[in-house]
Amino acid sequence: MALSASTLKVGDTYEEQVVEDLKRTQLVQYAGASGDYNPVHTDEVFVTKVAGYPSVFAHGMLSMGMTGKMLTNYVGDGRLTQYGVRFTRQVWPGDSLTAKATVKAVRQEEGGHIVDLDVSTVNQDGVEVVSGYASARVDP
Amino acid sequence: MAVEKFPVEASHILMFARSVGDYNEIYADEEYAKTTEPGSVIAPPTFVQASAQFDPDYFLRPKPGKPWFGSGKEPTGIKKEDSGGGGGGGGGLHAEQHYEYHRHPKPGDVLTATVKPGKKWEKQGKRSGKLLFSETVTEYRDQNGELVVTARSVGVQTERPVDQ
Repeated sequence: MALSASTLKVGDTYEEQVVEDLKRTQLVQYAGASGDYNPVHTDEVFVTKVAGYPSVFAHGMLSMGMTGKMLTNYVGDGRLTQYGVRFTRQVWPGDSLTAKATVKAVRQEEGGHIVDLDVSTVNQDGVEVVSGYASARVDP
Repeated sequence: MAVEKFPVEASHILMFARSVGDYNEIYADEEYAKTTEPGSVIAPPTFVQASAQFDPDYFLRPKPGKPWFGSGKEPTGIKKEDSGGGGGGGGGLHAEQHYEYHRHPKPGDVLTATVKPGKKWEKQGKRSGKLLFSETVTEYRDQNGELVVTARSVGVQTERPVDQ
């Protein structure tokens, strides 16, 4: 169901837990689907002995993809016009992430209505892992 | 990454959506998708990243007869002095990603991706030493030459692994 400009207010929020206890298997799934086979995400031997990290960690794009699920659930299918993020912290197996959208503006553009959102995803310790923005078409 | 032919396929969208934990039926069920506003299966918002599958030279995929830096008999298939450093281990880390959607790709589209290099800059990081940032802009166009998605990516090479 699409959002409506007439009922949206600046400061409205929507949030979802997008993963609970992230599994290494999901990192493998993401590597296979996206084609990004960087061993830092799936190869515990390489990442601990060669790259110097405590374990494999999630692709930034997996965090962005999981956050995108919250956005499309909020604004509706096919409604996003912009979506961008900075990866502010790495995400590790075992992490649980909650993604949140906050309405920053509701405006008109070329005769249509647009909502601008701040986007933030935090881990189970409240540390932000993804910080960004999105815009979507909304109904009048 | 430049890609001459990125065929958007329903099974790929299904697998990609599952991998990000998105079980919205619009990515999986053609009949259901017909009842939605877009009227067909569409790609989830970050799907165009999977164009890497169709880049013959993509450096983060093992290739026959070429050394691969992941583990096998040894922790890495590449001798350490050749690896070029970079705390992320090969290619550094992804710092930012931005998408502008002109429309959302759907099965049957055949996209091309053209890449323009963008800015480069340096910064001193608190947790990983000197940081080298570089930006690329990728335009995804459909079989009619229409712009579908514009993507801007920022990568970073770190001097050492990021402190935790």
